[in-house]
Amino acid sequence: MCRLFALTSRDPVSPMLAIDALNVMKEGHDGSGVGLYLSGLGGPWEEFKDYPILSGIFTEPGLARVFEYMADKGFRSIYSAMFKPEVEPPVGTPVRGTYASIAYKIPKEWDDLPKAVVDQRLVQMRLDLRKEGEESGQIMVFSFWPDTIMIKEVGDPLAIGEYLQLGREELYARHILAQGRQNTNYAINLYACHPFFIEGVGTMTNGENTAFIPIKEYLQSRGVTGYEGYQSDSEVFTHIAHYTTKKLGLDISAYKHIITPMNDDEMADHQDREMLLNLKRSCRKLIIDGPNCIIGCLEDGSMFMAQDRKKLRPGVVGGNPEIGMYAFSSEICGLNAAIPDRDRSKDFQPMHLDTAIVGPDCREVLQCSQKDPLALQR
Amino acid sequence: MLSERPISPSTLSRKDLPWQIKWDINACTKCGRCTSVCPVNAIELGVFRKREIKTSMGLSAKPVNEFSTYYGITQRTDPAYACIGCSMCNMVCPNNAIEPQRQSDSTTLQFQNNRGGQSRTRGGRRNSSESLLDQLKFIRISMLTDPALDAGRHEFEMRTLLGRVLSPENEIKCFQENGWKPPVREIYPLVIGGMSFGALSPNMWEGLQMGVAYLNEEMNMPVRICTGEGGCPPRLLRSRFLKYVILQIASGYFGWDEIIHAIPEMKEDPCAIEIKYGQGAKPGDGGLLMWYKVNKLIAAIRGVPKGVSLPSPPTHQTQYSIEESVAKMIQSMSMAWGFRVPVYPKISASSTSLAVLNNLVRNPYAAGLAIDGEDGGTGAAYNVSMNHMGHPIASNLRDCYKALCVAGAQNEIPLVAGGGIGKNGNLAANAAALMMLGASMVQIGKYVMQAGAGCLGSEKDRCNVCNIGVCPKGITSQDPRVYRRLDPEKVAERVVDFYLSFDTELRKVFAPLGRSTSLPIGMSDGLGISDKDAADRLDIKYVI
Repeated sequence: MCRLFALTSRDPVSPMLAIDALNVMKEGHDGSGVGLYLSGLGGPWEEFKDYPILSGIFTEPGLARVFEYMADKGFRSIYSAMFKPEVEPPVGTPVRGTYASIAYKIPKEWDDLPKAVVDQRLVQMRLDLRKEGEESGQIMVFSFWPDTIMIKEVGDPLAIGEYLQLGREELYARHILAQGRQNTNYAINLYACHPFFIEGVGTMTNGENTAFIPIKEYLQSRGVTGYEGYQSDSEVFTHIAHYTTKKLGLDISAYKHIITPMNDDEMADHQDREMLLNLKRSCRKLIIDGPNCIIGCLEDGSMFMAQDRKKLRPGVVGGNPEIGMYAFSSEICGLNAAIPDRDRSKDFQPMHLDTAIVGPDCREVLQCSQKDPLALQR
Repeated sequence: MLSERPISPSTLSRKDLPWQIKWDINACTKCGRCTSVCPVNAIELGVFRKREIKTSMGLSAKPVNEFSTYYGITQRTDPAYACIGCSMCNMVCPNNAIEPQRQSDSTTLQFQNNRGGQSRTRGGRRNSSESLLDQLKFIRISMLTDPALDAGRHEFEMRTLLGRVLSPENEIKCFQENGWKPPVREIYPLVIGGMSFGALSPNMWEGLQMGVAYLNEEMNMPVRICTGEGGCPPRLLRSRFLKYVILQIASGYFGWDEIIHAIPEMKEDPCAIEIKYGQGAKPGDGGLLMWYKVNKLIAAIRGVPKGVSLPSPPTHQTQYSIEESVAKMIQSMSMAWGFRVPVYPKISASSTSLAVLNNLVRNPYAAGLAIDGEDGGTGAAYNVSMNHMGHPIASNLRDCYKALCVAGAQNEIPLVAGGGIGKNGNLAANAAALMMLGASMVQIGKYVMQAGAGCLGSEKDRCNVCNIGVCPKGITSQDPRVYRRLDPEKVAERVVDFYLSFDTELRKVFAPLGRSTSLPIGMSDGLGISDKDAADRLDIKYVI
């Protein structure tokens, strides 16, 4: 079972904090990969909040091709953080080239476009580059979105952290999702490594998604740009979160109603029963059936955790409002390692009806139960 | 055979018959029960005269004839009275002195069946024992990251939706605007498919209805039963049990009169309306209710004279094309119940199924599509239709489901699959496999006969006389002397029994696959088959 660790903080912190927490939880993952999602970036990125950042791994020719592609589209790079390791990679990690995060200025012609169209075009550009890279092997792109950096690599999290010097100040971030990966049913592929990302929504999951094929087929048939790839059985969770919040316009607290709707008895005396029943029926194909814990981060910086009722050992959320830092962890030992100084009696393990949400202000853990009235529109 | 007996082209010897009566002279008590119970009069009491030549020792005395007479059972060799192997003779025999035995090498009777220029018609069985559904394996067992679910103790939701489900976007819009929403029923995914009142005996019907009512009201399983073409008893139409019934209306509006007259007095809406355009075992041919079975009650319900053969009426003149008729009938049936009842068509699985489905996807009132494969059918049909017409269900269903995936409507139009489910007794495995190929629910007919009422028919052309009203178990007879043999209470009990065991077995399949809160509809990655061509065709894994 993969280990998950997420950190949300008022001030930017080093991703190594999350990597160290993963290391504490090492027993549960085989170290076949690590993925990082960083948003609310600090350091030099503070100035470039509104500029989409392309993050990925590029060979020399690949990098040149990216600049050419971007220039063709009218994009001009304004800041970049490049890292090319000069030491030998850890065992099992290939030498890949440059790990880059490049911020671009959007061309003037795009200024009048509605936000939805701009968003869709950014996704399309990422997909185009990814497709080209899959053919040539020179380009790997994980995200292209403002205030977002993603890093993925094969290997043990701590070894990778040291190899890629993830403690650099230019990677400090307020919201960090980190996953230590266990190889699942599918082949090792960097794109299959959590977290997954689409249009400001990043999530990671542990467990096994037995409903993967029906959900995948359903999402693919929605005609949404970016619902593709699916190298991992849990990539669909990110897209469901995207679909729920962006396409259906529902609050993230409704996410759990989509993936794990209540049964009839639980729903019987709910004040929004009719709406919930309609949602349950129309989103029937999106019901997950595995024991899954899902941790995700939205565009506004709020972070959430939900799990279904089959999860035998739920994740935990805890933190310290005074230092403004909360952590979401699949194991309590990870939380203890990252934020030892906290009121442990306030740790919250969301059970089968709950979603735990920590807003960008990092003041408290909002506990939503599916039994609560619906907060419908975002 | 006597040498002077005239021998015509259709004269058969006992050896030519597929079923041979073995009779033990020593055990027989000559009670006569076997001959009186034989539904096709294949056996009769015989008086045998035996001549024995007694020769004494020596040369002087001449041999003498001794004649004796004894009584026993004789099997007729007239093809019209050939034994059907139902074994009723054995069931009633106090000493097991008689039983039919299958003779596999004789095919001669097949050439003599259609005499007088009449093609053979028979009760419904395709007489082919192989089944693709039985070859499918469930191969995705959760073991890596999770322990498998506990089928016996875990909470399961084994329900499915019948009715047009709106897409999530439209659902939210409709909710906000308080618009009209198509009716949807949450039902158990195993439906008793259409078998008409007329085809079945009153006792069988009563037994099925009682079983269904019990499952709903006592076991909390929303099981539904479809009436079949040709109307519904008036009392049921006006009862509260109508909500457990899917009313079938055929494209010829057979039996519709009785239903329309009862609408103002209905206490409950029916569960759904199924419009029958075709059925699996006799596509394009409809049912054939032979005159033997059209008694006073059946005649009254169907509005026809008694004692006449009733082939399903041709499609009504108002229906010019399938597109038009599907649209028109769905609309008019929906309207009849104030758009509160789901209405869906049932068609034979065929290479044109996709065309019908495409029509339905664009019809906001269409509540689903039932596809009936070639292995289905309990009613009577011509031999040639039943054996040689139609399309197997698995690939047809898969095509339809994939078409829905392309259209993005796979949660919106439920597919109901039928035809050959459980024909070798593997009801739950076959049903689960079809769901994973894309069916929202499955329907069975034959299995209910076999398990619920002890039907004697088999896939080896045993019995198959459902059409001529002599069903030895009383399942498909309209003759009170015969159907009195069937105890409706016992039928109900058996229906409940097999539904409960089906439920357990289905959980035993779904739990290791890691599915419990929604049916694994379309979970094709969980299926494998050891036939490469079948695997490619169905787009599932090839495993050996």
